[in-house]
Amino acid sequence: MFKILKQLSPRDRLISLVCLIFVAGQVWLDIEMPDFMGDVVSKLAASDKNLTGEILVSGLKMLACAAGSVALSITVGYLAARIAANFSYTVRASLFNKISDFGTTEMKHFSPASLITRTTNDITQIQMVISMGLQVMIKAPITAVWAVVRILGKSTSLSIVVACAVAVLAITITTVMRFVIPKFRIIQRQVDDVNRVIDESLNGLKVVRAFNADEYQQNKFERVNLNLTATNLFTMRAMAFMGPIIGLVMSSIQLVLQFVGAIIINGFHIGGAAADGHIIDNAVDLMRSRSDFFGDLTVFGSYAMMVVMSFMMLTMIFMILPRAQVSAKRISEVLEEPISVTEGHEYVENPADPKGTLEFKNVSFHFPGSDENFMKNLNFKVTQGQTLAIIGSTGSGKSTLLNLATRLYDATEGEVLIDGHNVKEYPFSALYKKIGLIPQKATLFADSIRDNITFGDRDAQVSEDDVLQALDIAQATDFVMKKDGGLDFAVSQGGSNISGGQKQRLAIARAIAKKPEILLFDDSFSALDFKTDRLLRKEIADKLKDTTCLIVASRIGTIKNADRILVLADGEIVGNGTHRELLQSCSVYREIAQSQLTEAELEA
Amino acid sequence: MPPMMDRIPEKPKNFKKAVRETLSYASKSPAPFIVVLGLAICSTVFMIVGPNQLGRIANLIHEGIHSESGVDMDAVLSVVFLIGSFYVFSAFTGLIQGLIMAHMTQNIAKSLRSKINAKISRLPLKYFATHSYGDVLSRATNDVDLVSSSLANSLTSIVSAAAQFFGCLLMMIITNWILAGTTVVSTMLGLLFMVLVVKRSQRYFKMRQVSLGQLNGYIEEMYNGHDVIRISNAEQSVKERFVKLNDAVRTANFKSQFLSGLMPPVMNFVGNLGHVVVYVVGALLFYNGWIDIGVITSFLIYVRLFEGPLRQISQNVTNLQSAAAASERVFAFLDEEELTDESEKSDTLPGVGAVEFDHVKFAYPDKPEKEVIHDFSATVKAGQKIAIVGPTGAGKTTIVNLLMRFHEVTGGQIRIDGIPITDVSREEIHRQFGMVLQDTWMFEGTVRENLVYNMEGVTDEDLEKVCKACGLYHFVETLPQKFDTVLTANSDISVGQKQLLTIARAMIQNNPMLILDEATSSIDTRTEMLVQRAMDNLMANRTSFVIAHRLSTIRNADLILVMQKGDIVEQGTHDSLMALGGAYADLYNSQFETA
Repeated sequence: MFKILKQLSPRDRLISLVCLIFVAGQVWLDIEMPDFMGDVVSKLAASDKNLTGEILVSGLKMLACAAGSVALSITVGYLAARIAANFSYTVRASLFNKISDFGTTEMKHFSPASLITRTTNDITQIQMVISMGLQVMIKAPITAVWAVVRILGKSTSLSIVVACAVAVLAITITTVMRFVIPKFRIIQRQVDDVNRVIDESLNGLKVVRAFNADEYQQNKFERVNLNLTATNLFTMRAMAFMGPIIGLVMSSIQLVLQFVGAIIINGFHIGGAAADGHIIDNAVDLMRSRSDFFGDLTVFGSYAMMVVMSFMMLTMIFMILPRAQVSAKRISEVLEEPISVTEGHEYVENPADPKGTLEFKNVSFHFPGSDENFMKNLNFKVTQGQTLAIIGSTGSGKSTLLNLATRLYDATEGEVLIDGHNVKEYPFSALYKKIGLIPQKATLFADSIRDNITFGDRDAQVSEDDVLQALDIAQATDFVMKKDGGLDFAVSQGGSNISGGQKQRLAIARAIAKKPEILLFDDSFSALDFKTDRLLRKEIADKLKDTTCLIVASRIGTIKNADRILVLADGEIVGNGTHRELLQSCSVYREIAQSQLTEAELEA
Repeated sequence: MPPMMDRIPEKPKNFKKAVRETLSYASKSPAPFIVVLGLAICSTVFMIVGPNQLGRIANLIHEGIHSESGVDMDAVLSVVFLIGSFYVFSAFTGLIQGLIMAHMTQNIAKSLRSKINAKISRLPLKYFATHSYGDVLSRATNDVDLVSSSLANSLTSIVSAAAQFFGCLLMMIITNWILAGTTVVSTMLGLLFMVLVVKRSQRYFKMRQVSLGQLNGYIEEMYNGHDVIRISNAEQSVKERFVKLNDAVRTANFKSQFLSGLMPPVMNFVGNLGHVVVYVVGALLFYNGWIDIGVITSFLIYVRLFEGPLRQISQNVTNLQSAAAASERVFAFLDEEELTDESEKSDTLPGVGAVEFDHVKFAYPDKPEKEVIHDFSATVKAGQKIAIVGPTGAGKTTIVNLLMRFHEVTGGQIRIDGIPITDVSREEIHRQFGMVLQDTWMFEGTVRENLVYNMEGVTDEDLEKVCKACGLYHFVETLPQKFDTVLTANSDISVGQKQLLTIARAMIQNNPMLILDEATSSIDTRTEMLVQRAMDNLMANRTSFVIAHRLSTIRNADLILVMQKGDIVEQGTHDSLMALGGAYADLYNSQFETA
């Protein structure tokens, strides 16, 4: 929690200090106020003469205190709101920037969903605590201590009454919380269960119906529903005790104070000691001492309330604080995560360098946290204009190979070279100018189609013509022009207003529009129907002759005519050659081919 | 306590109806709720009477100060007992009310959740074409939570706050009308100020909600597209856009928070103002002999009790509105049109497995003018393997959905074993079919539960036999607890294994017909060969309908139906269709053509 507070700027830290002083001032005014009242009540009780003026004067004084107090606390509120808003702004920005620098490894480690919650909800949680903290968290302890000091000076017996009240409240609240807080965790799990079963019923809608299993699902749901209800009921019942007990204690304090006060007043007698310790020696002094104490009694009620309220506030803070602490920890985790992939700065462009070449030299790779190599000793090279296809079963490492070439992951052994330089030497901007990757799952952003295609291009090097040509090659022109507004058609979040195949074609257009030297297709064709797939590949071959292509595919038809085909099995290259060569030499390739083609087609 | 204005309340359409309907879920009769309200009022009233009596103690003490004998402790003690018992009674009724309330709200929540889950299985499939699962899920959880936690509680709070407000007012007037008047005036002034602030701040809360929504949406998009951002060199431009959005949130955050932060100090000031006024006016009245000193003591407490309820009421009205709006969403879902009741259809099908499509037409109910199936006719003999092929959107899955009566035909007729499918119940039709879909649906439970599902009397031998037939036996044997291994979302089983499990599940059902809807499209072709073997076992001696986009899997079908835009354009065997050289041949050849 405190680590994260370092994110506050020095200026805001200074303002926090000012807040502290202001709050202290406010507490002082709040505490002074009842004293004026007590004074006059004593005098009233003693039936002093000519009090009208004094009543009005002390009334004005009290009013001044109240006004000062409200002014101070509004100022503190203003400052606190600023600090909290600044704080959440800064933390959110550092989080976002840090996460932007994350590699794929870190993204997978945290999962995007969790990172989203950390950047949104967790920050909101802490922001709330800070803004509240600067007011309540500072005010409650100061008030408690200050008020306690005041009442201790007035009367020990009455102070004991207040102490008892605080103790009763503290015990009640902690007891209830001890029962309830562990249940909250259980409730969270049971809510998840309920969600899970509903989610199951929804996602398995057709299966459930086809199997006539409605009742089965309903029974399953009743079980989790009942569990959740039972736990909820328990906690609600436990909580039901809190309100009335707190209410009872609060109202009873005044009653008990008056009662004990009456006993004390009765205890004063001539020859005995008054509240301030002096010996009462005559009837007038006795009356005066009793009146003074009566005044104190009135003030005492107010102070007692302040003490009790502050203690209640403190317990509330202790209930909220752990949650904020969890959030703070989750944020710190992200901020402290080391970055696995950083950009290089050694690369200097040399006109003599080859263009569009990609080479893997003895590359091995294992995922962090695993010792076993997932990709083993990869060696191959493609040169400008060649098409290299990569095929293999699910989990054989096809996508990982592309990710190594694009530095989404870094090779753990060996070297990946682009145009003769290790990819680690390139700054990101230089590297990603050379390569374009089309991931398996097309990602579009909530923006116009044009902005999606020129995405990331700040210097507007991608011209309108480039965009149109890219759409043409990607077989996307037809459907884009049919949309409302054509290139200006607004894609909704996650691309939900565009079909899967169309999304994939736009993603391809995005990569092509930047005219990279090397294009990497990660199974990008499987969402397309055969015909479009074929046309697209033909266009790429015709119009992007100088572009090197790496194509990961699962359909033999897609890759049959590639210059070379790599066959992957369990992270190793088990075949490297043309379709015809591999049919002869590579058993894995033959199996894949047999699963998709007939004998006649294999021969063809 | 969350700041009261943090949420912009949604306005329910019919507030009264929403509340009445929700409460009817707690119990049939309104009696328990009336009891709760009664208890709440009781609890409040007994608390309010206290301060008035407390004044009597102050008076007794005051008299004692001036008398020889001191304070009359007997009298004090009797008042203390009186008030004490009031307070205890108030706390007790409050507790009972809370306990009943807990029971009521949880009952509401439980039955609403049950109703929603049960409703899912009674809704026609078309409902889910226009509503996202997330939407249904959020009604079942968030909305139900909101309804159960706020609706009843807010109502009670409002009633008891109102009781406190009017009770206080009455007690104050009884105690002293002049002081009552000054208290009311000073409190109202404060509240007026508060209302003005609330009115002004609404705008900023909306601003915050909107800007935060935009920011969070952007964050979500960017994190999910992280790889693309890097690959596209877009980091810089993304960061710049983020700064803009973040800045807007900072401004809105600051303004809205400052305004909502005004409330507590202002309310405190109103309270203090009340105190000062009571004190000054009270002291003057007392000084002039118009009132006892006890009146001041009582009033100092009443001032605090009096300003609270109005705040509570306004806060709870807001909560109540959101809750009522949530309950309307819940009831709107529960009131959705259901599948027709078919409990009177008791005819059974002979289970032979012959199917006829007789000039079937279909259009979705919400778009009756757009027919998706035009005139589909086909005859399927028992035991045949039928393949339905065609481009995406041709209506392949729709045919299956019509056959299963997930949708109802809008023209023509489908007959199973000569009996129109509308003459028997949906359950009876489903009993004829086993179904394997592309989406390998598994639920959290043991392998056994997933395989047996809702069948009864499946023995371990049956399971073993089926698993051997599907090539699953070895896999199950390697699991730590064999058939009792719990499958969760994180279980390390491959798509291929999951697909084999769904095939085994269909096999255990042992129904006369089978539907395979893109059952192998999400697995690679080598794994598919394994699965294919299992499916061939499953299809043996069963009428089966196979939808596949990998045409290699259906070459051996008895009848291939080629669909385009809702029509059958060709039908026949693989060889005859290839010889025809039409749409099928095109589709087939496009698999192998290269650039």
